[in-house]
Amino acid sequence: MKKRAVLFLLPGLLLIFILLIYPVIRMFIPTFTGGQTIFSNYQSFFSSENNVQIIFRTLFIAVMTTLVTLGLGLPTAYWISRLSGRWRKIISIIVLFPILTNAVVRNFAWIMILGKNGVINNFLMKMHIISSPLTLLYTNLAIIIGAVYLFLPIMITSLVSSYTQLNSEIEEAAEVLGSRPIVVFFKIIIPQISVGIFTGSILVFVGALTAYTTPQLLGGNKNMVLATLLQQQSITLGDWTSASVIAIVLTVIAFITMIALNWVSKVIDRRNSHEIKN
Amino acid sequence: MKSKIRFSSIVGFIVLLLLILPLAMVVVTSFGTEATISFPIKGFTFEWYHNLFQQPDFVDGMKMSFIVAIIASCLALLVGIPAVYALTRFQIHRRNWFQNIFLSPALIPEIVIGFALYQTLVISFGLPLFISLLIGHFLLCLPYVIRLLTAGMLDLDKSIEEAAWMVGYNKVITFFKIVIPNIKQSIMAAFILSFINSFNNIPITLFMNGPSLNMLPTSILNYLENNYDPTVSAVSVILMIITAALMMIAEKYLGLNKLV
Repeated sequence: MKKRAVLFLLPGLLLIFILLIYPVIRMFIPTFTGGQTIFSNYQSFFSSENNVQIIFRTLFIAVMTTLVTLGLGLPTAYWISRLSGRWRKIISIIVLFPILTNAVVRNFAWIMILGKNGVINNFLMKMHIISSPLTLLYTNLAIIIGAVYLFLPIMITSLVSSYTQLNSEIEEAAEVLGSRPIVVFFKIIIPQISVGIFTGSILVFVGALTAYTTPQLLGGNKNMVLATLLQQQSITLGDWTSASVIAIVLTVIAFITMIALNWVSKVIDRRNSHEIKN
Repeated sequence: MKSKIRFSSIVGFIVLLLLILPLAMVVVTSFGTEATISFPIKGFTFEWYHNLFQQPDFVDGMKMSFIVAIIASCLALLVGIPAVYALTRFQIHRRNWFQNIFLSPALIPEIVIGFALYQTLVISFGLPLFISLLIGHFLLCLPYVIRLLTAGMLDLDKSIEEAAWMVGYNKVITFFKIVIPNIKQSIMAAFILSFINSFNNIPITLFMNGPSLNMLPTSILNYLENNYDPTVSAVSVILMIITAALMMIAEKYLGLNKLV
């Protein structure tokens, strides 16, 4: 390697190793050395029913958020990709604006909507559909709604860029030959935008998995997820070993999903390009 | 064909409404006269905006968040620009590895980064909170800088640089007179995106703020725990105005597609 390349890369590499990788490794080591055996900290973490429940809740919320954003994002992005000119620009701005707006603001909006005296309950009470307010806020549903609101624009953006590269001639050919719209969608369109689907899903899943603000504001104390548990164990309770165990569990789950989805995406992409060649 | 477009446009329209309405509601409630947030509002007042500027947590937090976001974004550019130049222009063995190391702050959950930095930098190294917070935000910004600038550098024709070398510019002058002006737009886009992400960040900030170091997003979070009055709506509106202003700058000079 040239001397200049080393000179250009070294400052950044050193900073990342000293200020990020070293602190992360240093956080992980005591979780293995602190107990009686290497894994005893992890054994006690996983033996708590409460912790296992929190892991499953975190995964459930991330999976639901990904599925709902996909379900809403696929048609929306298709529509946006078919627009052009001024409308497309205006709509892109509407989609981008929430991404760049603070998460506290976006979640706070849903406290207003889902709360006991919130918009939904007020409306239903006035219409005499219900007599006492529904419990919507501080539930798993509220976290999922908040996370969908938070991540839907990211899903739409990933899908739009995929749809835009779509070869619409194949689609038209299938229609001319008499395929039903549903068949065209699943057999022609979906395979061609699989890269966008996986990119969007990875971003949304990992984002929802590790999100702190949404479960903190919309989930309350009862519906904890790994990120809020990590905050509670470290800042509130000062139990650093437990917090580190949670941190490693969260990081490992995030890594596994990223690697797995990336791998599936590559396999599918290879198979699709193979099929098209034949 | 038609039915598919009709179906997708109906869903798309509803989705857009769902994206805008909650934020529009926040704007409306910031003008309500009642002491707790209610929608629809009864009267009209600017009282909550006035109250907002009486809250030292919000005013100081706004200033501090601005300062941290600007310094962190500049640091990320300072470290990121030469790194991206090396990664895109030099023959580097295992280039992908280096690329991934530079993107690694985006791969580790932010809340884990916050906790790890707090343990090592604040507690073990005894660094001041402000410096540790800056380091955290610098790490947060770096992947955005790397990604946007890599795209910008790959778009830049290498022969322009070679032409400059041939007419006798040395490599340093070429870098500053030819390369930097040509990727100016990417640098601007990277700065705006870094700034917004640092300014809005909570998971890293959470661990490294304190009574002496107020940051705006965490101040709002704390305020929300004890209060439910339209001051929060008012501060939300201010944040939305800042976002809108940055988007207008980005749209005018760069085109919004540069940001995503």
